[in-house]
Amino acid sequence: MRAVIAEDSVLLRVGLIKVLEAGGFEVVAEAGDAEGLLAAVAEHQPELALIDVRMPPSFTDEGVRAAMEIRRRWPGTPVVLLSQYVEERYAADLLSANTSGVGYLLKQRVADVADFVAAVRRVADGGTALDPQVIAQLLLRRDSDPLARLTPRERDVLGLMAEGRSNAGISQSLVISESAVAKHINNIFAKLDLPVADADHRRVLAVLRFLGASRA
Amino acid sequence: MTIPAGLSRAVLRARRDTGFLAAGVLPHLALVPVWAWAAATVARTGNWLLAVSVSAPLVLLGTPVLTAVQRARYRMLIGVDVPRLGAAPERWTWAAIARWLAATRPWRKIGYHLLLGPLLALLELLVLAAAAAGLAGVTGYAWAWALPTRIRPDRFGYLTQLPVCTVGGILLLCALPWTARAAARAEARLASGLLGPSQAQRLQERVDQLAVSRTDLIEAVDAERRRIERDLHDGTQQRLVSLAVNLGLAIATRPDLPSDAREVIEKAHLEAKEAIAELDDLVRGLHPAVLEDRGLDAALSGLAARTPLPVRLRVTLDERVAPKVESVAYFVISEALTNATKHANAMRAEVTVRQVGEVLRVRVTDDGLGGADASSGSGLTGLAKRVGSLDGAFRVSSPVGGPTTITAELPCAR
Repeated sequence: MRAVIAEDSVLLRVGLIKVLEAGGFEVVAEAGDAEGLLAAVAEHQPELALIDVRMPPSFTDEGVRAAMEIRRRWPGTPVVLLSQYVEERYAADLLSANTSGVGYLLKQRVADVADFVAAVRRVADGGTALDPQVIAQLLLRRDSDPLARLTPRERDVLGLMAEGRSNAGISQSLVISESAVAKHINNIFAKLDLPVADADHRRVLAVLRFLGASRA
Repeated sequence: MTIPAGLSRAVLRARRDTGFLAAGVLPHLALVPVWAWAAATVARTGNWLLAVSVSAPLVLLGTPVLTAVQRARYRMLIGVDVPRLGAAPERWTWAAIARWLAATRPWRKIGYHLLLGPLLALLELLVLAAAAAGLAGVTGYAWAWALPTRIRPDRFGYLTQLPVCTVGGILLLCALPWTARAAARAEARLASGLLGPSQAQRLQERVDQLAVSRTDLIEAVDAERRRIERDLHDGTQQRLVSLAVNLGLAIATRPDLPSDAREVIEKAHLEAKEAIAELDDLVRGLHPAVLEDRGLDAALSGLAARTPLPVRLRVTLDERVAPKVESVAYFVISEALTNATKHANAMRAEVTVRQVGEVLRVRVTDDGLGGADASSGSGLTGLAKRVGSLDGAFRVSSPVGGPTTITAELPCAR
């Protein structure tokens, strides 16, 4: 799989390339700012763009804006945002259009190479990977109404679901059986009156919509 | 022979002061001919109208010129700065003219030049005359010596008069530094009272200056925090992440490592990740980039989510407030949550931020031990100071046993 990397820290860029290559990606271009990134994506049409949120010139949310631009011009290009701090607002911007093929992770997650590669793969395959910290922020924003009806266990499951984990992943993470996970999920859907969608990541879509990430 | 430093200083000072006084004589007498002529005209012809219509414009036109001359004299000759009054208005509306006239206090200036001027000139001339007499007396013997020897005996008693003149001259010259100094000081005081701003105006100006410099200072501190945050983000944090990534790679790609080496690397990996997390918290406390970028509401969700206890967050803002207000509000909440976690053993906390008119009301409540004291030099003192720097109100209610409520009200008029 061909990937493009945008990261202004040269030091970290080297590490990211190694990690992606270890995960079976081929890094076809690297950029230090949003402009270079867009040019690289236009040229290579990669199957993954890994983007740092803070880049020159203003070091705020260039990466988010570049990611949205990529999604607008080349729909379906999977993007993974990396950041020293993950902010729910950026996640909300990113997810407002579409939740498939989107990732937003803390930079330090790259250090857990196997997990990171798995998350990036998930995104490249059209899934979602959101950092637990973003989920925590989103949940915090919605400490009211129907969510209050969930049991703590159901909230845990919801959080992991929102991260984009599969039922198997959730069962591993919480050390419960897959059938228990399925039961929890059904309860959550019931309690939250969520509509049944037809795609595989409908759960994430629904959860995120509920969490208010889709507020434009 | 060396001249003692004290003496040379006194001589220099006396020279400077007498020079200053001498320079004052003419400008102080400048308006005398005008009113003398007016008085003479009235006395001679009784024509009030002519006298006033000629002399009044002259006085009015002369006043600003003379004021500028005096100001220059004070500044250049004795280094006393008599501040200017009331900058000319940008647009000449009637209200602006009235304000300008009130601020420039013209009557006092006219009074200074017209009435006080001649008196001051008299004082200056007295001091100068004393100086001249002193010099003449001291050099009495030289004058006498310059006279032809034939005439000297005719001046009966000059032998007894000369020592008296000399001693008198020495005394006058010795007193000169003090008299000149006293006269110059008296003049400077009168001038700043009559030509300069009033006490109230001076205080007003000082307050304005202080307000501006305080704002600048707050902004400079914020800018500095941002700079430090950026430097750490672009340098140290990336380096640490890179270190953790490389260690992670070593663990992931080298399954053949001996178990002890693997253990060491895993430990280092863990340490690096912990260091990153700690540094992240610290740096974010300085000035989160998202605060600048998306405002208080956005920054607070990150803050609350990273607090290790459940936080209820309610933010009601009509629009973004000024950056310095955002920054102080963020800092207050961040510090309050840290206290709740570290010192109060709280189980939960609640943060509300509301904009009520032109006040941003920030409240942080926790159910911890209580007993927090803002006067004991804790982090709360720093908070109170930061809130005070915006003229905000800061209150802590923390009875022993809890709950603790910290309230800050920050003026945020646009």
